[in-house]
Amino acid sequence: MTPEEASAMTEASEQPAPDPRVPAERAPRTQTAGAAVPSSVDVHVHAPVEVERAARSVTLEGLHAYYGSTHAVKNVDLAFGANQTTAIIGPSGCGKSTMVRCINRMHEEIPGARAEGKILLDDLDVNGPVDVVAVRRTIGMVFQKPNPFPTMSIRDNVAAGLKLTGVKTKDLNERVERALRGAGLWDEVKDRLGSPGIGLSGGQQQRLCIARTMAVEPDVILMDEPCSALDPIATLKVEELIDEIKKRVTVVIVTHNMQQAARVADQTAFMLSGELVEVGPTEKIFTNPDDERTEQYVTGKFG
Amino acid sequence: MSTVPNVPVQTRLQAISAGRKRKDVAARWTLGLLTGIALVPLVLVIFYLLQKGLKAWSWDFFTTDPTGAFIGNQGGVKSAIVGTVEMVLLASIVAVPIGVGVAVYLVEFGKDSKFAAVVRYFVDVMTGVPSIVFGLFIYTTLVVSGAGGSSFAGWKGGLALALLMLPVVTRSAEVVLQLVPQGLREAALALGAPRWVVTLKVVVRTAIPGLITGSLLAVARAMGETAPLLFTVGALNATSLNLNDQMNSLPLQIFRDVGQANDQLVTRAWGSALTLVVMILILTLVARAVGRRSANS
Amino acid sequence: MEASAINTRGAAAPLGERPSRARLADPAFKVFLTVLAALVLVLIAFFFVFLANKAQPAFSQFGVFGFVFDNDWNVSQGVYGALPLVVGTLISSAIALVIGVPVAVATALFVTELCPRRARSTLTVLIELLAAVPSVVYGLWGFLVVIPFLKPFQQWLADTFGFLPFVGGPVAGPSYFIAGLILAIMIVPIVSAISREVMSTVPPDHKEAALALGATRWEMIRMAVLPYSRRGITGAAMLGLGRAIGETIAVTLVIGNAPQIGKQIFDQGYTLAAVIANEFGEAANNKIHTAALIAAGLVLFVLTLIVNALARWVVTRAERVDKPAGRFRRGGGGGLVAGSTTVGLTPAPVDDIATVVSES
Repeated sequence: MTPEEASAMTEASEQPAPDPRVPAERAPRTQTAGAAVPSSVDVHVHAPVEVERAARSVTLEGLHAYYGSTHAVKNVDLAFGANQTTAIIGPSGCGKSTMVRCINRMHEEIPGARAEGKILLDDLDVNGPVDVVAVRRTIGMVFQKPNPFPTMSIRDNVAAGLKLTGVKTKDLNERVERALRGAGLWDEVKDRLGSPGIGLSGGQQQRLCIARTMAVEPDVILMDEPCSALDPIATLKVEELIDEIKKRVTVVIVTHNMQQAARVADQTAFMLSGELVEVGPTEKIFTNPDDERTEQYVTGKFG
Repeated sequence: MSTVPNVPVQTRLQAISAGRKRKDVAARWTLGLLTGIALVPLVLVIFYLLQKGLKAWSWDFFTTDPTGAFIGNQGGVKSAIVGTVEMVLLASIVAVPIGVGVAVYLVEFGKDSKFAAVVRYFVDVMTGVPSIVFGLFIYTTLVVSGAGGSSFAGWKGGLALALLMLPVVTRSAEVVLQLVPQGLREAALALGAPRWVVTLKVVVRTAIPGLITGSLLAVARAMGETAPLLFTVGALNATSLNLNDQMNSLPLQIFRDVGQANDQLVTRAWGSALTLVVMILILTLVARAVGRRSANS
Repeated sequence: MEASAINTRGAAAPLGERPSRARLADPAFKVFLTVLAALVLVLIAFFFVFLANKAQPAFSQFGVFGFVFDNDWNVSQGVYGALPLVVGTLISSAIALVIGVPVAVATALFVTELCPRRARSTLTVLIELLAAVPSVVYGLWGFLVVIPFLKPFQQWLADTFGFLPFVGGPVAGPSYFIAGLILAIMIVPIVSAISREVMSTVPPDHKEAALALGATRWEMIRMAVLPYSRRGITGAAMLGLGRAIGETIAVTLVIGNAPQIGKQIFDQGYTLAAVIANEFGEAANNKIHTAALIAAGLVLFVLTLIVNALARWVVTRAERVDKPAGRFRRGGGGGLVAGSTTVGLTPAPVDDIATVVSES
């Protein structure tokens, strides 16, 4: 262990429990030898991101979510750093999807569901009297099952969000191409932009959905288990994509695959029964978590 | 590279253009309005039926036959009500067992056969046949030939109504029979019961409430039909309990009274219409009550 | 379950043997039911043959094409060309579609996408009550209430929009327009029910995708619900058309029964079904008149067959192309409601049964 690493470690352990509302420091992290916990995941090294477009941070303050009388998300305080990827992990039913769906206010679309608390985009509370349609333009979402519009072509799918805001047709094609390039799909589909979106393979459809979401240039992209319906190769492509789009957006990804969290996320949050148990740098969560429940989960003792 | 977005977040979250908002509100209001408009005729019909029809209701209205007189005492509509009940009863006795039987065949025995597919298709075809064509058919086969020793007869009208009811009963019975869980059939078969026992005593028995609902609704439908009766039952003012006689019925009575240039006859028509609608409504409510009770039990 | 009956039957016979009567029961049962089912096919064939037979005198006198396309229906002269009837049927049905389909689709959209959950079943029942009112009552109401009430309105429309084709002229009261209006009211329940069915099977995925992109409710409907439901709605409209074409009593009371091809929608007219209802009595002793009326019935029959067959073809094509799950199909012809109920999408069987009956 080098003196620098040692002092960094001491610094971290001497501080009081890190304030979750402050985004984690962007210091380069290295794998510590002799991990405190025998982790079931291999933690990767993340290089600092080269910001191409400054995105925004999202901060949750006292977030509660209900389905009727069921209290699904309990008092969550959590910060997602700008241009970073945060993974939310936890066993089935722990409320991670619900929490994430509150961020772009999709949760309230369910009859009888409501969300209370603050959801700060930079410093503006989007859970307040803000136009929900505008919120969703700024905070995009990719779903578990790829869902391109079946009656639309590839081009129309990507352009769908753009057309809503009245982007002129001549600009459309350029932005469609840009989005598809950004999703790494351009070369595969450039010759068949007019063919139906559902004609693509599962992995391609999901990247199409990502392109569609990216086309409107949101500040944040929420991903609800985006790879669970995909094969391993497609999954890898999407994960590479996430590393790429991080340069332009803030990413929040819900995943039940801890290996995936370790691969893509700078920061990981662990939820259990609707509560946020622990959040911190990915490496720490998987090798040296503070909470015993986190430790049990990441070592595979339950869930 | 700037690490701070150059557009303040408030600007980014500005409300969407007024145009889009307007279109959304306008669309919602339009859809709601059109839905309301769709219901206006229902309200109006009920209103007029009550306003003009109740006037006609009296003891005489229900207990005397129409006299056929234009002026003077026109009488009530007893024969019409009785005739309707008789013919619809006959129609049900014919159509319900056959309809349910065909549905049982389609669901239990004909799942993948080509024959069943053809039958199903033609049952659907039958639902689209105009009701007057059923009347024509009975006319050309039974009335013209004087079958049963009569030209026009109540039972022939009843058969025309049965033809009308048949596809409706079959389709709704099919829906209901398909809802019976497959597990029930398998359990009974596993106990060693022969197919016909399983079908009758297990499947049909379980489905009975739904079958009753569907049949009652088909009966309510047949009750209101005029066209099939126009040239099959003739015209008789007197009450007859002999189905081989000519017969009266409520829809026919209404049809005959409507165009008359006599206010009392017109009022009688409204009264008959109200009676008919009430009868149909009662049947419909009973049908739904039977169905709901079984769904909750 | 009659467990005791089953057990005694099984227990009484030694293993592997059943009394010969019991062995025959199953096949006999199946044969019986099969015959019953075949009855349906026999009936339809029978219809056709008998009607064609009785209509023969008219066809042989005027020729099939002459009968259908000659524009002269004159009873007193014994001339029977059915074109005014065919045209009248089509005009009144077209008006019914133009008025009725948008209203029906609007109600379907409202019920499935916009109205609060609790109001949903009430609204549905109310719309279906429209179908419970018998044709003769609509005719009565149309004749005695609507015609007098709308006469000035029709006149105003004719005067104000007289520059449009087919609009204008003196208004007597009964007209194609009123007939179309009454027919529209009658087809709303069937078109609405089928459209509702189709719309409720739009996968929530697509609706969520649209909302997540920042679409307003109406934009979401235009992006995700309507394109998906387009074919089903077309099929529903065509079934409504089939219904409108065959409607007799309500039409004959409000259309004026004038055997001519009107120039304006506010003229009086005649339809195939109405002519049969109206003239059958007086045709009793006139062989050729009766044959002509039966021939009109045959034309009507064929017309509805074609329209309904097309409608079902359109709807089943919609299911196959857009929805690989094919939940509508009952594994055969093309019944619309049954499939969704077997998947358990609709809550109460009573509503499904009522829907099926009102669709029929």
